[in-house]
Amino acid sequence: MSTRTIQGQKNLQDIRQASKDGIGGSPLRPDGTLKVRGEFAYSSDMWHEDMLWGMALRSPHPRADILSVDISEALKVPGVYAVLTHNDIPGSKYYGLEIQDQPALAIDKVRYHGEAIALVAADHPETARRAVKKIKVEYEVLAPIVTEEQCLNPEVYGYVHEPHEYKSHGSGNIVHSQKLVSGGGVTDEIRALADVIVKGDYEVGMQDQAFLGPESGLAVPAEDGGIDLYVATQWLHVDRQQMAPVLALPEEKVRLTLAGVGGAFGGREDLSMQIHACLLAQHTGKPVKIVYSRDESFFGHVHRHPAKMTYEHGATRDGKLVFADARIVLDGGAYASASPAVVGNAASLGHGPYVIPNVRMEAIALYSNNPSCGAMRGFGAVQAAFAYESQMDKLAAELGMDPVELRQLNAMAEGDYMPTGQQIDSPAPVAELLQRVKDMPLPPPLDLDNLDIRQIPGALSNTSHGEGIVRGIGYSVGIKNVGFSEGFDDYSTARVRIEVIGGEPVAMVHTAMAEVGQGGVTVHAQIVRTELGVEQVTIHPANTEVGSAGSTSASRQTYMTGGAVKLAAEAVKQAVIDKGRRRYGWTQNDLTLAGGKVVSESQGSLISIVDLLGDEAIDLTREHHHRPTVPFDKETGQGFGHVQYTFCANRAVVDVDVELGLVKVVELTAAQDVGKALNPLSVVGQIQGGCTQALGLAVMEEIIVKDGKVRNASFTDYLIPTILDTPPIPVDVLELPDPHAPYGLRGVGEAPTVSATPSIVAAIRAATGLALNRIPVRPEHLTGTL
Amino acid sequence: MRVTFTANGKPVEADDVWEGESLLYVLRERVGLPGSKNACEQGECGSCTVYLDGTPVCSCLVAAGQVQGREVRTVEGLTDENGELGLVQQAFIDAGAVQCGFCTPGLLVQTDALLEQDAQPSDSDIREALSGNLCRCTGYEKIMDAVRLASARKCAKETSA
Repeated sequence: MSTRTIQGQKNLQDIRQASKDGIGGSPLRPDGTLKVRGEFAYSSDMWHEDMLWGMALRSPHPRADILSVDISEALKVPGVYAVLTHNDIPGSKYYGLEIQDQPALAIDKVRYHGEAIALVAADHPETARRAVKKIKVEYEVLAPIVTEEQCLNPEVYGYVHEPHEYKSHGSGNIVHSQKLVSGGGVTDEIRALADVIVKGDYEVGMQDQAFLGPESGLAVPAEDGGIDLYVATQWLHVDRQQMAPVLALPEEKVRLTLAGVGGAFGGREDLSMQIHACLLAQHTGKPVKIVYSRDESFFGHVHRHPAKMTYEHGATRDGKLVFADARIVLDGGAYASASPAVVGNAASLGHGPYVIPNVRMEAIALYSNNPSCGAMRGFGAVQAAFAYESQMDKLAAELGMDPVELRQLNAMAEGDYMPTGQQIDSPAPVAELLQRVKDMPLPPPLDLDNLDIRQIPGALSNTSHGEGIVRGIGYSVGIKNVGFSEGFDDYSTARVRIEVIGGEPVAMVHTAMAEVGQGGVTVHAQIVRTELGVEQVTIHPANTEVGSAGSTSASRQTYMTGGAVKLAAEAVKQAVIDKGRRRYGWTQNDLTLAGGKVVSESQGSLISIVDLLGDEAIDLTREHHHRPTVPFDKETGQGFGHVQYTFCANRAVVDVDVELGLVKVVELTAAQDVGKALNPLSVVGQIQGGCTQALGLAVMEEIIVKDGKVRNASFTDYLIPTILDTPPIPVDVLELPDPHAPYGLRGVGEAPTVSATPSIVAAIRAATGLALNRIPVRPEHLTGTL
Repeated sequence: MRVTFTANGKPVEADDVWEGESLLYVLRERVGLPGSKNACEQGECGSCTVYLDGTPVCSCLVAAGQVQGREVRTVEGLTDENGELGLVQQAFIDAGAVQCGFCTPGLLVQTDALLEQDAQPSDSDIREALSGNLCRCTGYEKIMDAVRLASARKCAKETSA
């Protein structure tokens, strides 16, 4: 059969324009309707006939030897089906993301407040709760190792992990360390080149991800001796990789399906209830559901590392940076979690988006008896940004310069080098982003004559009539990496299928990507629409039947799994066209798919996909690997360590009631380069959400830990921003394509969480004149009562 | 104990309810209405907000026995008479106010209650009315947009009617 031309060139353009729900559009979320109907099945909504409820007994002590565990009384509670300790674990007793140092259930000792010791399965959550209380544990309580001094002097204060049990590369109570030296380092000769030197000690409290959907899931024992787990997580395959050895099962018998995820922000990178529910299900032969309460959630996941940082910057009289010297100490808590990678980020990104000829840095993470810390949005770049941006303001004040101009004078740009020696080989519009937030119109001044008290510090609490309020403005900019770094190949897999259903061409996307709310499923459908020219795209549930999608973290999913979907869709497109070439002998080299048809750029439509495919399906799977990176040199920190960089700038306007120490953020402006906004609505939503978590860290959020004990494990005492605490967040999105990335896109989610916090603190400093070297800033820091 | 009440217009009955159970637990685990969410279960986050006899309450703070013979309306009951999405539900989707969606059911009920009282709330009114509903994903901007959109659509609908 010869080639048929059905439509002309004009119609081809119409076909192209029809795909408004492809990339660059903002089609509605495929899961949105279920979510607003209350019908979206979150992990805590899972239900199975005859299911049991699982619950853990957790340690009330941060450090203790366990002398005995008596489960006999708990077993007698009617309705209890199992009580398990580490003795009941069939396989390996340890797991971990990077270092397998964490026991699935405590073995002879506990290392942090809240560590799981035993498990109960019962017919009702209240039965389980009562049985947990009847487990008798005899402890020898030990003095917790919690301060930097205690951690670094193990001969005096002891080891969190005894040297013979060391599984990390560190020594003493150090999980990981990374040094960095570039230029001439920081020597007396280099120091002498600076006209001005500013120093500061900075501290960041322990922030919680505080996702709203608690850790939860349902484990169902299968007839083949394996197990099916429905769970909220960030990375199905790495969960399975950690679970299978503990359950003594081959990986293929541990099948994970993503249940609905109520937010993540890094807090679901580590395992929580996964192994526990599966152990109980294996032991009882029944489905077991575990749902954490909010207080258990605070104990059940890792947090953002608290940090103590010392910074020194030198500059010439005209504001050019000469050197920067820093030491960052991160408290990793009891188990390693993601601490090594967090340290790598802190060291390599810790001098910010600035060109600095001479740099020295040391970042370390400690083992301690504080809660374990690991991944949270911004991942090692957040703490340092507070320090280096505070330093920029201090330097500007010392030099009598405008803080934005000082930053712009030293801002890195494409072609410049990171302190790691890595050249920035795609757009880095740091100075422009700062200019954009500076040029945005300012909110009107507070009008005391027409005051709505809901808009001032104290708001609904009716604390004042507006007297004692001072306004301040602050600026900041930050840098974050995208994707996993230091030689890690965090590839993604995608399967794309096309077939005719009900007379229409329908595509299906199957990945293991954890949709945690970010909208990856929307973007996958958009990519397929654009590549295959079909409108109907269905999203297969995410599970371990397909290859790994890597983690929903590091701002990487659109880049990595989006990239895999693009590759798989391109392969399907090629297969469809090749099928037509074989059947019809097409020789044109300008064939593509659009509007449900195979089209030639020059001749228009050739055949509909429906007619070409008939009842045949094309189903292809592809992997997407990012360009290789290398580990940083241990002593010099040099190396091509990161895949991509992303930048955000902010301007904060605050009102401070200087008498009461209350802060109201009036407006928080953001400008960010996203390379290409695949879904502009979602991009803006990510930036606004990221800014708000940064606001929380600036003025509200901290897990209070005293002598290793968590004091505020609830939403009553751990405060996250409400709609009253959160201001309008105008967002300016730049799209400067990165030639190395799919569609030129740049990861979005984390940069604003890195950059926004220091702008708010800078604004409070501008209003109060206080130094404010610690976040979150609390009322007592502002009223001089501390 | 046995608890009988009306949920979204239909009579429901839950047997073997333990006295300590909350309305939230009974809705989610006993009568097949898991839409109301369990984010904190101590009245701080608003994710479990439902109407109880027409008044929005945190269902986690209501003992199951307290709803005996009363009327409960949950997020599942916000659709219109034909089962289509209600005006507030549609506005949240259209405005991009849904990310992970765990806060969404509570916000929908609270927004519905706000617009019932005042179809044209000011921004400060919206913020005050929704100040008991935590959202961790959106930064609330798109939620503000959604409420403004729902308000505009509601007013337009009432004007044309």
